[in-house]
Amino acid sequence: MSTLDVMRPSLPSWGPWAPPAAALALAVALAIATDIAAGVLLVGAVVAAAAVVYAWSRVVEGGRRAVDRLVTVLVSSAFALAVIPLVSLLWTVIAKGSERFDWTFFSETGRNVVGAGGGAWHAIVGTLVITGLATAASVPIGIMAAIYLQEYGQGRLKRWLTFFVDVMTGIPSIVAGLFAFALFAIFFGPGVRMGAMGAVALSVLMIPIVVRSTEEMLKVVPDGLREASYALGVPKWRTVVSVVLPTALAGIVTGVMVAVARVVGETAPLLITTGTITSLNANPLSGRMEPLPVYAYSQYKHPGVPPEPYFARAWAAALTLIVIVMALNLVARLIHRRFGTEVRG
Amino acid sequence: MSEPAPTAAVPAAPGGGAATVDASPAKAIDVRDLNLFYGAFHAVKDVTMRIEPNAVTALIGSSGCGKSTFLRSLNRMHELVPGGRVEGSVRLDGEDVYGPDVDPVSVRRQIGMVFQAPNPFPTMSIYDNVAAGLKLTRRRRDRADLDEIVERSLRRAHLWDEVKDRLDEPGIGLSGGQQQRLCIARTIAVEPEVVLMDEPASALDPISTLAIEDLMVELKARYTIVIVTHNMQQAGRASDYTAFFNISGVGEPGTLVEFDTTEKIFSNPSEPATEDYVSGRFG
Repeated sequence: MSTLDVMRPSLPSWGPWAPPAAALALAVALAIATDIAAGVLLVGAVVAAAAVVYAWSRVVEGGRRAVDRLVTVLVSSAFALAVIPLVSLLWTVIAKGSERFDWTFFSETGRNVVGAGGGAWHAIVGTLVITGLATAASVPIGIMAAIYLQEYGQGRLKRWLTFFVDVMTGIPSIVAGLFAFALFAIFFGPGVRMGAMGAVALSVLMIPIVVRSTEEMLKVVPDGLREASYALGVPKWRTVVSVVLPTALAGIVTGVMVAVARVVGETAPLLITTGTITSLNANPLSGRMEPLPVYAYSQYKHPGVPPEPYFARAWAAALTLIVIVMALNLVARLIHRRFGTEVRG
Repeated sequence: MSEPAPTAAVPAAPGGGAATVDASPAKAIDVRDLNLFYGAFHAVKDVTMRIEPNAVTALIGSSGCGKSTFLRSLNRMHELVPGGRVEGSVRLDGEDVYGPDVDPVSVRRQIGMVFQAPNPFPTMSIYDNVAAGLKLTRRRRDRADLDEIVERSLRRAHLWDEVKDRLDEPGIGLSGGQQQRLCIARTIAVEPEVVLMDEPASALDPISTLAIEDLMVELKARYTIVIVTHNMQQAGRASDYTAFFNISGVGEPGTLVEFDTTEKIFSNPSEPATEDYVSGRFG
């Protein structure tokens, strides 16, 4: 006789789904019928479902598989818990933002707009110009700093620089804004506002992210490739440019995109440095600009009467930001798929 | 196309001339009192040997005895490791590789290396992998010239027939044995005078291993070849000279125990330790 339990009984295929579904249905019914808080009901439903699945499985299938099912329920619940706020946020922004997500919003500025109508064209231009400038400044500096740290840096200097980059990664964004403001005040006097100042503030936030992500990607490039290049008589700088960087390119681009996505929604430092304005200004070296996050903020913070059109524009601006970030992520994924190389040890 | 197989018998003793084959770029290497360090750790002690041109010299010995470190010191790869340090002299046809005015990059252009794990450049096609040495060292050539070098190198590495229709495909798409032969083609495309091989067949199946051994025998008509191997049969089959390295204990430096013709090392070694090792009673 076989020692393997070939014919061991197991739950039907709908088994693990039925108790959670029943518990959720019960929770919904209780939420409608009574006034118990929804959160309590949700937690109760998860606990009850886990208990029922465990007990049922233990009776039918035995202890080991029961624990397996219990952990599956717990892990799935944790995942759902993490996703619920995201879905809720996306839903809210799409629902409220689509009201003004129209052509006028993308073609007109907020100049001389009182009440309904008007758009955020000036803010979209502001965001693109400022973020573009910040990226143009941060990417070369960040990548070259990462190359120094990973390929050239040694000893104490490297350790200190790495430490400071780590500290800079965690710098509060308002501090970056104040830094840029103080820096420009030295040259242009107090109270100056311009797009370039906002770009400097964003660069302070971007550079450490680009350095860290690029450094990680350079670390993944196997030493064997560097040695193969050296053994061909290729100088070190050429090895870095022609072998190491191309191998890490897809990852570096992804890191840059993540850094852009991180700063494109920054509000606080831009509020200080670029100020607010309702008309179009595409020149970052002169006068106020109003990027999208600041636009959303000012529409929401200083609405007119009635406030509804202002709130609708704020939501539409939020939706536009999410679309921009998603577009950047898609581009990064495409680049990764197109140029990504399989790096092996 | 195939290179003429070397017909000359293995010289009986060290000291043979360099020019046994016409237009061969092979050079001899004279190592004198070489000591290698990793920081404070003394890895290899007092090695003196002469590596003959147009011959295959095998370095054998147990793991950690310094063979690979010694090999990497011959083309100044050892100093790339943080703390790597060299004392003594390595002369390539009389020229000191570690001379004060010598650029390590130019040394590596003359002494190529094939590594244990096949490491083709993942971003490059098969063609570009072979041409990489010439392209990246700015020894510019026109396309036709480059085409010819790539084909010749791939033929010498016995890979041409397998890849001639897909030279534009990525080099990492090849099998392990093909990748290693691609790396050999890449190394010989820059026409080095010496080719160092660090266990080139240890990650390969027996068929690819045999192909690479045949290749070494053919390549020695043009190059000086030094190979590190853990495989006694491989050393016996493919090499003309064998150097046996050993360590007296953990933390002790590796030393060169015996260096002689392969025939002598495997049939009648002078040192008992060598006999124990090659006959499998040791390590």
